[in-house]
This record gives sequence, structure tokens and C-alpha cells, in this order.
Amino acid sequence: MSLLLWAKGPGFALAAVLFLLGTAMRLAEILRLGRGTDLARPRGAAGGQALRTVFSRFLPAPGLFARSPVVHAGGYVFHIGLLVVVIGYGPHLAVLGIGGRGLPAGLIDGVTLLTMAAMTALLAARLRDPVKRLISGPGDYGAWGLVFLPLATGFLLVNRVLLPFEPLLALHLLSVEVMLALLPFTKLVHAFTFVLARGYAGAIAGRKGAHS
Amino acid sequence: MSDSPGLATLLRHHGIGRRDFLTFCAGLASALALPPVLAPKLAHALEAARRPSVIWLSFQECTGCTESLTRADQPSLEQIILSMVSLDYHHTLQAASGAAAEAARRQAMADNHGRYLVMADGSIPLGDPGYCTIGGMSSADLLAQTVAGAAAVIAVGSCAAFGGLAAAEPNPTGAVPISRLVTGKPVVNIPGCPPLPLAMTGVIAHFLAFGRLPELDSLGRPRVFYGETIHDRCPRRAFYDQGLFAKSFDDEGARQGWCLFQLGCKGPTTRNACATVKWNGGTSFPIGSGHPCLGCSQPSFWDAGGFYRPLSRPAGLGPGMAAAAVAAGAALGAVAASKRPSERQPVTLDDLETKS
Ligand code: SF4
Repeated sequence: MSLLLWAKGPGFALAAVLFLLGTAMRLAEILRLGRGTDLARPRGAAGGQALRTVFSRFLPAPGLFARSPVVHAGGYVFHIGLLVVVIGYGPHLAVLGIGGRGLPAGLIDGVTLLTMAAMTALLAARLRDPVKRLISGPGDYGAWGLVFLPLATGFLLVNRVLLPFEPLLALHLLSVEVMLALLPFTKLVHAFTFVLARGYAGAIAGRKGAHS
Repeated sequence: MSDSPGLATLLRHHGIGRRDFLTFCAGLASALALPPVLAPKLAHALEAARRPSVIWLSFQECTGCTESLTRADQPSLEQIILSMVSLDYHHTLQAASGAAAEAARRQAMADNHGRYLVMADGSIPLGDPGYCTIGGMSSADLLAQTVAGAAAVIAVGSCAAFGGLAAAEPNPTGAVPISRLVTGKPVVNIPGCPPLPLAMTGVIAHFLAFGRLPELDSLGRPRVFYGETIHDRCPRRAFYDQGLFAKSFDDEGARQGWCLFQLGCKGPTTRNACATVKWNGGTSFPIGSGHPCLGCSQPSFWDAGGFYRPLSRPAGLGPGMAAAAVAAGAALGAVAASKRPSERQPVTLDDLETKS
């Protein structure tokens, strides 16, 4: 069986099972843990603040953007770029079973390059900052690599650089599968858990009568 | 080599003038990636070449490859080139049958020992010799006996080159390609279901003109015909690059001639010259006629994940499997959560210090 066929068949099935199983496990664990009972009298509504916080944290806290522009700008470019590449490219839409034409390949190419550049800048910023370097471990660098590889192999595939189409497609699929399989067990799981984390933080603040 | 009229006589016999022949040689030279200045030399070499004996063996095949070569309504120049060879044995085309046919094969082998070409279509069944016997011999024995004195072996079609249809899952006959059983002889694969006639005749012409086989790729295919992918030369490529894909065979995209990737086109992973040489006298080729490339010149193309499934689309999980994974994950998560509090509470200063 060729690498491509393995990646499209058993490899994908394995990655999908690990992804679904792991994500369900992590979410169930967080939900089941819940929060400790707060015996104090509530001074505000928890629900509204929880919902508000999920969205308000998409914006930087006042003053923070100016203090670390690279991290903020890079973070936006990287996250939005990743979203555009994943759900804006025609062949991805077909794989996801969504209709639609998709964005032009040239635009996707540009966004991919921009996203990879933003990721590189973020990595450099992390390595140059002594505090960030100290609190970064293999999990952080590993997660960076897990996201960077699908972008890089996708770019090479569309432009057919270095290798022919077939091995590049196999490598691209494999890199996506490794990312999917490991996502629930690495820091990448924040793609789902950010909603719960922000919600809990908002609820706690809201119950105390504070804006989060 | 057989004593028979040379190419010049044959051409005259078929009413083909020298100008047409030179035009063909210029085309052939470009197909063989030779510089244009070599076209007259190629013509001269072909005219001067003597007819090599060719023994054509057919094993587990459908005769489509022979059809591809011989079905043209009018004799084509490719056929003329092919008629340069002395086809001493071919089940479908020879008049003799039975013992007489086998005697002709043995005679040709004895007369041209070390110089004849073996062309073979079809795969060899190793599961049970009874699946394909010729003149009381198993396919493997017939092949071994015939290639023993050959100058080179040309495996014609995807069955001979890679096992093809017979070798598709679950391969009930234990079919293997010709190259698996031939050792010590040059083997050239000309895959395709069927292969382009020009690829077959081009290899023969190269052998006649230069006395050796053309340069081959890692799958034993002549690079001149299999060096590029269909996608490299596809007329729909601009649409692929713009992200314009036909989603069904009768939607607006299909009518506009958009890329067929999402209808399962295997052009990006298929090496062949269909997009440039085309079929039926240069009329068209599958993608030109609105059908995705099936990838017939690649190994295992029958088992490559479905003709109409996009190359990049994974096989997917059944809903049952997906639901089971989610349910199992949720259960594991709940169990993990119920164990955690005793492990983590109360958090003391000592705990924190040990961790840091
Ligand atoms: S139709 Fe096939 S070969 Fe042509 S551009 Fe689309 S994917 Fe490539």
C-alpha cells in the first residue's frame, strides 16, 4: 500500500478516532470537574458574564497591544490566517463536505505565507524573551511544529516544490493527521477549551458582580 | 533479423510519401525529446534498420492493448513503424494456431537468438498456473522460456507493467507484473489501460534507431512519455489554480470546462503523455472530453481509493465508529474527573514548592 493510500485510509481513520476520543475525553473531564461550590451570596449574574467573556477576550486588554505588538499582531494574523486557509481553500471544502467554490489558490498561497511568517515571528519573540523562554517547554515548541508542518507541506503541495505531487500530498495528509491525533493531548486543545476557560472565568467574575 | 522489405518499401506500399514520413520523424524526434536536427538522422536510421523479430506474449489481459495499437480505421504512421518489426508470434493477430503457432515461436527464437524483442501484455498468475495456460504451458514457464534468448522485454499495458486489473484486491489469481519474473534482461514498462500507441511505437523506434532502450524512470517507464504528470499539461490547469472546480458532471462548472479534481481526477499523480499526444489521432483525451483521469498508467490504479473520489479526500469514518469514539472519550473523561479531586486537593504550599 502506498504512503498516500495509507494516509487516506487507515491513517486518517486512526487520527480521526484519536481526535474524537481525546477531544470528548478532555471536554467531559473539564465539564465533570466543574467549579467548587461558591457559598457566598451572588452579587451579579454569572451566565451573562460567562457568555460575554467568551467573546470579549478576542480583543486585547487595554494597553497590552502597544506593550507587545508583535505577539498581538502575530497572534491575530496567525489565527485568522489559519482559519482562512483551512476553510477557504476549495479542496479543503470538499474534504470537509462543505459546498462552495473556495478562494483563489493565489490568495490562499499568500495567506499561507503570511500565516507561516506570523508563526515564525511569534516563535522568534518567544525565544528572544527571557521570561517566555523560561516558561516554554517541549509542549509549546511541539504544538508550534504540529501546526506549522501542515501549513508548510500544504504550501509545497500546491506549488509542487521539492517533491512530486503524490509524496507531497501524502506528507500533507500525514502532517494533518498527526496534528489531529495529538491535538486533544497537547496545548492545541485550547481550540475547544478556550470557550470553557473563558466561560468559567467570566462566570466567577460575574457572580462576584465584576465585569470580566 | 527477418528478411523482409525495409521501411522505405513498406511506406511506398502504403502510399505514404517521404515528406509525410519526415514529418512523422520530426514528431517522433520531439516525442522522444531529441533535438530537431536529429529528425533526419532518425529517419535515416529507421529506413536503414532491419526488421527485428518480435514475439508478443499475451497473458491475463483483455486484448485492449492490441486493440489500441491496431484499431485505427486507416493505417497510421505508428502502424507502419510497427509493421517494420517481424511479428512472429501474436495470439490475436497471427494466422497460425495451436502447435503450428508454438512451432513458429520456437523457430523465431532459434533463428534470432539474443536479438529478438519480447512484447508482453497481461499479468502472470502465480496463484495457480491453471488460471492462464498457453499451448499446455503455464504463463510463468512460457515467459521464462521465451525471454531466455531475448534482447529486451517490453511490458505493454498496466497489467504487464504493474499487475493491473487482475492484481486488484483481492488478487484472486496471485497476479504479478512481468518485471517480477524477468531477471538479467532489460525490461521496459509501457503502462496504460491501454497505453498510448505512440509510447509503444516510440520505444520500438528508439530501439531500432539507436540499438538500445530509452532512459527509464524508477518504475521502468520511458521518461520521454512518462516524465510529466497529466496535471502538468492539462488544459484545465488554470481552473485548478483559480480554485474553480466542477462538482458534478452536469453543473455549471462542468459546462464551463472547470477542473475535475473534485470529481476524482487523478491527473496530479499520474505520469503519462495523454494531455499532449491525445487519443484517436490527436482528437482528445478523457479530461478534454469531460471525464476525470483515472490514473491508469500508475501502479494499483484500481485500488487507489475510487475513481470518483477526490485524491485528497480521506476514506472517512463511519457514523457508528465516530459515535463510539466520542462516547468512549466522554466516559474516559468522566472517570478521570471523578478521580482527580482526591489527587489534587488540598493543594498545600509544600505541593507548590515540590512542583516548581
Ligand atoms: S482536470 Fe485533473 S489534471 Fe486537469 S487540472 Fe484538474 S486535477 Fe489537474
